Amino acid sequence: MLNFFLLIVIYTGIYALMAIGQNVITGYAGMLSLCQAGFFAIGSYATAILSTTYGWSFWATLPVAALLSALFGVLIGLPTLRLKGDYLAIATLGFAEIVRNVLNNWDSLTRGPMGIQKIPMPSIFGFVINPYKKTGFLVMTIIFVLIAYFLFQRLARSRMGRALEAIREDEIAAESMGINTTKYKVWAFAIGASVAGVAGSLQAVFSLSVTPGTYTFMVSIMVLCMVVLGGMGNFKAVILGAFIIQLISYFPQLVGLSSMIPPQFKQILFGLILVVMMIWRPQGLLGREVRDYSRLTGEKGSVFRKKAKQAVSSTQGGER
Amino acid sequence: MILLETKGLTREYGGVVAVSNVDFQVNQGLITGLIGPNGAGKTTLFNNMTGLDMPTKGKVFFNGHDITGKPAHRICRMGIARTFQNIRLFKELTVLENVMIGRHFKTGKSPFHGRFLNALDSYFRMSREDEQMYSSALKWLDFFEMGELCDELAKNLPYGHQRELEIARALATDPQLLFLDEPAAGMNPQETEHLMETIGKIRDLGITVVLIEHDMKLVMNICDSITVLNYGQKIAQGTPREIKHDPAVIEAYLGKEEE
Repeated sequence: MLNFFLLIVIYTGIYALMAIGQNVITGYAGMLSLCQAGFFAIGSYATAILSTTYGWSFWATLPVAALLSALFGVLIGLPTLRLKGDYLAIATLGFAEIVRNVLNNWDSLTRGPMGIQKIPMPSIFGFVINPYKKTGFLVMTIIFVLIAYFLFQRLARSRMGRALEAIREDEIAAESMGINTTKYKVWAFAIGASVAGVAGSLQAVFSLSVTPGTYTFMVSIMVLCMVVLGGMGNFKAVILGAFIIQLISYFPQLVGLSSMIPPQFKQILFGLILVVMMIWRPQGLLGREVRDYSRLTGEKGSVFRKKAKQAVSSTQGGER
Repeated sequence: MILLETKGLTREYGGVVAVSNVDFQVNQGLITGLIGPNGAGKTTLFNNMTGLDMPTKGKVFFNGHDITGKPAHRICRMGIARTFQNIRLFKELTVLENVMIGRHFKTGKSPFHGRFLNALDSYFRMSREDEQMYSSALKWLDFFEMGELCDELAKNLPYGHQRELEIARALATDPQLLFLDEPAAGMNPQETEHLMETIGKIRDLGITVVLIEHDMKLVMNICDSITVLNYGQKIAQGTPREIKHDPAVIEAYLGKEEE
């Protein structure tokens, strides 16, 4: 039981990395992309192939997985920049499916549907991180998520985060304010893809085998669900979203009802979550993160300042 | 001195000629008005000069440089800022952040500028940059007496303030030339009065202003020079007094007198 719970937490971590990437693309830059599964697969296969065929260590394959995913992020980002909304979603969905089909059919490299087995376990300072023993792997996953969280949180609070938000709010206005929207949108894709690639690496050394069947459309949908459920534009929220979604998807097994509840049940639930959230709480459970500039103003009691401002704005609102 | 001019600018959409062979000049330090009936091609002309649209024929020169067909963000960086007819604020961002976006390209310069390392470098210099952006953003908000509203979301501002915020955001890019697309649209007479003072103050800062406006009181009072468009063609150009008595302009606005 505890073991099973640890498994859920590990998967939460792996998916949280993907959700963090999705949050940059969707939550900040406002692009509805559905290809995290594709980048996830690229990361997984990069680690799998490099560590089995070429004998690289896991740590050496990580940057390759991230960079390769980022490269594909740029490749998908450039031609689809002109697309918006549904059209972008369809194009990126197509990309993810292309990746899966290539993996399924490029037998000489990926061994097709058989996949790649016997991926060596990662080790650090002589300590082997054995995925069967969960705890070591759990710690590694948590460290990865924490690092990603802090890096991305900082990124989002920087001028780049602000520029991405401007693009999301109004692309034409952002362009007219001197922001190179093309550059930033491609960057968002590259960054969002790279962290999904890292998640793929983790997935590869967690299951110690990769098969194309793991990287289906459902993965992208789950990641999108996590971001929508937690709250777009808030990295804490998407991690929370990842945990809740994982808990839901393993719920039948967790309570020992897997014989009664078919696995397809979770797909119904995800759809329901998306619909319910869109109707009643489109901002997600936690909502968008608000930047705090009080460190710049040097005023500590920003709550009081806000109250004073609210008073001002309400009187001004009354005039009209 | 001519700051910006178009030469034979034409923009066709399929068979529709929105702007036809327009020579438009903007003199430095003055307020230039661009007027004309609805659908005359004023906004199209604006879009073609600010890079949001590409002319079919003709050239745009700014400070003697050919800027025809350059992307909008480049043109902005060269010193042309604009506002929009239908307000285009970053609605979910705060007032302060909206203006800080205007400062965006002013920061982020580093020895690695334009290279990959620049991204990493600016990442670690964030707080200092934010301070620069913050103080200059606040300066422009104070110019519009909106400093108190800086934490408010842009979408929650009253309409008049939204118009002003858009101007503040444009000014934050330190432009030489400011395009205002119907700044007084939807304003009441008091607000228009206030806007006129503001535009005067902007000119006094040494910024050249071009404005599209339907409010004739505003245009005739503050513009130094007026260009009139009708059906995509320039039909008149001159001082407000000349424009008022120009037969072609009167015809465009009121129709031809029956003999």
